[in-house]
Amino acid sequence: MLKDEDRIFKNLYNDLGADLNSSKKRGDWTNTKDLCEKGRDWIIDEIKKSELRGRGGAGFPTGLKWSFAPKEVGSRPHYLVINADESEPGTCKDRDILRFEPHKLLEGCLIAAYAVNSHKCYIYLRGEYYNEGIELQKAIDEAYKNNLIGKNASGTGWDLDIYIHYGAGAYICGEETALLESIEGNKGQPRLKPPFPALVGLYGCPTIVNNVETVSVVPTILRKGSKWFASLGKPKNTGTKIFCISGNVNKPCNVEEEMGVPLKDLIETHAGGVVGGWENLQAVIPGGSSMPLLNKEISEKITMDFDSLVENKSGLGTAGIVVINKDQDIIKCFARIARFYKHESCGQCTPCREGSGWMWRILERMAKGEASREEVEMLFDVTKQIEGHTICAFGEGSAWPVQGLLRNFKKEIIKRNNFDPLIKSNKDIPYLVDQHLLEKDNAQN
Amino acid sequence: MSLKKISKDQPEKFEFDQQSLEAAKKILPNYPKGKEKSAVMALLYIAQRQNNNWIPLSAIKYIAKFLNMPYIKVYEVATFYSMYNLSPVGNFHVQICTTTPCMIRGAYKIVDVCKKKISEKENVLSENGNCSWTEVECLGACINAPMMQINNDYYEDLDIRQSEKIIDEVLLGKKPKPGSYRGRINSEPENNRKTLLDLKNA
Repeated sequence: MLKDEDRIFKNLYNDLGADLNSSKKRGDWTNTKDLCEKGRDWIIDEIKKSELRGRGGAGFPTGLKWSFAPKEVGSRPHYLVINADESEPGTCKDRDILRFEPHKLLEGCLIAAYAVNSHKCYIYLRGEYYNEGIELQKAIDEAYKNNLIGKNASGTGWDLDIYIHYGAGAYICGEETALLESIEGNKGQPRLKPPFPALVGLYGCPTIVNNVETVSVVPTILRKGSKWFASLGKPKNTGTKIFCISGNVNKPCNVEEEMGVPLKDLIETHAGGVVGGWENLQAVIPGGSSMPLLNKEISEKITMDFDSLVENKSGLGTAGIVVINKDQDIIKCFARIARFYKHESCGQCTPCREGSGWMWRILERMAKGEASREEVEMLFDVTKQIEGHTICAFGEGSAWPVQGLLRNFKKEIIKRNNFDPLIKSNKDIPYLVDQHLLEKDNAQN
Repeated sequence: MSLKKISKDQPEKFEFDQQSLEAAKKILPNYPKGKEKSAVMALLYIAQRQNNNWIPLSAIKYIAKFLNMPYIKVYEVATFYSMYNLSPVGNFHVQICTTTPCMIRGAYKIVDVCKKKISEKENVLSENGNCSWTEVECLGACINAPMMQINNDYYEDLDIRQSEKIIDEVLLGKKPKPGSYRGRINSEPENNRKTLLDLKNA
């Protein structure tokens, strides 16, 4: 287990209070000025050496991302945008950072903004986190009052303004370009890349978009040194990470652990084990709902880091671990995830808009045992039609969980769905009905 | 994106009251000159707050004028995002998360409670008109599942009995106490903490 002194988020459970004084006692804001005075190149270099990878899901190296911002500010100002639109099912780590460690985030914002030459920082907070937003605003006001941000922030000579922008319940706004569209006051529909936001982002200006957790760990890395951070975890998968363990476990919780910690340790030690014992485990979603599930055999020995999970055809994503035990109907679970994606598709690209509905409808019928044998192949085909044919990664996010289900539980599905193809047996099953018709009995009028 | 029902009964006029106007003027300087359009989401929230939790079409028109935007652009935003209510939801808007992590811990039992106590169907006002319920997608409190949101507050770690009590209070027009209903502290593992123990005992 990770030693307590190596944990970055000491106030994860709010033992100490989130206000400025308590945060200062934990070491926040102590020598921000000195860190900044070492210069932009030093900061970016340290982050590169620490091998910090973005904590929002894609795992892109943070130092590299920062170095993409133009070195000199041209005619267009630079922006820093913090992605706090945490909506991936299974993930609730940023919420605790916003509530209990807001000053880590704000200090990280100052350092990151300094490193990428930005005077303005927007924190895009999901609308449902209203109370968390109030806590964060309180922290921002405190920081302004103590000259930690604002004009000549923390005595660095750098001006920085931080604003909160509330989202309004759209999962897709967690995608960085959709998020920028949303800040600009449009529908949150992702943009085509390239150009990447680092060159053409918010209001057409160079913009760096980072996840809350990524930015919050930056001050500690700089203070304790990149070597310390890189010594934790595995090569290329360094440092610590907050894992959210939810679902059928006895003690669901958030916990900060080293990257590369065995999944079984997380579930058994921290989360109090699977409900009904380890033998009762059916599957684990390792990184938020977008990542393909792991079966019991793999869960037994997998370690939680980006590369090992990719080797096992899954991904670390946001490290939101959802444990599903044998009391649950696995097909129903994934039908519900498919419904989530159907609901959240922004509607811009046809494969995703239509395909997510197809997947949901087929899976719903499969859960009831109303699908034909051939549809198992058809479902797989649909996922392949979506994957890689959309503007943003939402297409993959919706197709992968279904592919994971088919890879691991095909036998179950076929056992339950043994009909002859529809055309032969002429059964009265709604086939390609419009999704609105299915929803109608639950809606008004 | 989401199914949106626009209310048939629309008030003819909408204007920001003094308080809303002040709030709106406070938001505008957050964005660069010429980019006031960015404030549209915040203004829709302000309108929603002023108008008892829902946004009438006249408010959309008013905001369009306020920000010098085409009406359709504001309409687009109001219909795209699921948190803007375009028909009345009552003083207490109950939202139950039913996405998989909550579902496997029994979220649909809470849905049944709402069906029984508030209204048979989603988005329909209760008999006394002060409350409605709806199923929503992940609210980002998965380790506290099952949970629901009433207006701005989260109610976590629920079971059938607790949620019945909460809904009863809401129907009477009282605001129940938010937070965990199993008495657990934030996101720590209940009685099973293995980390940061020095701080806990400090």
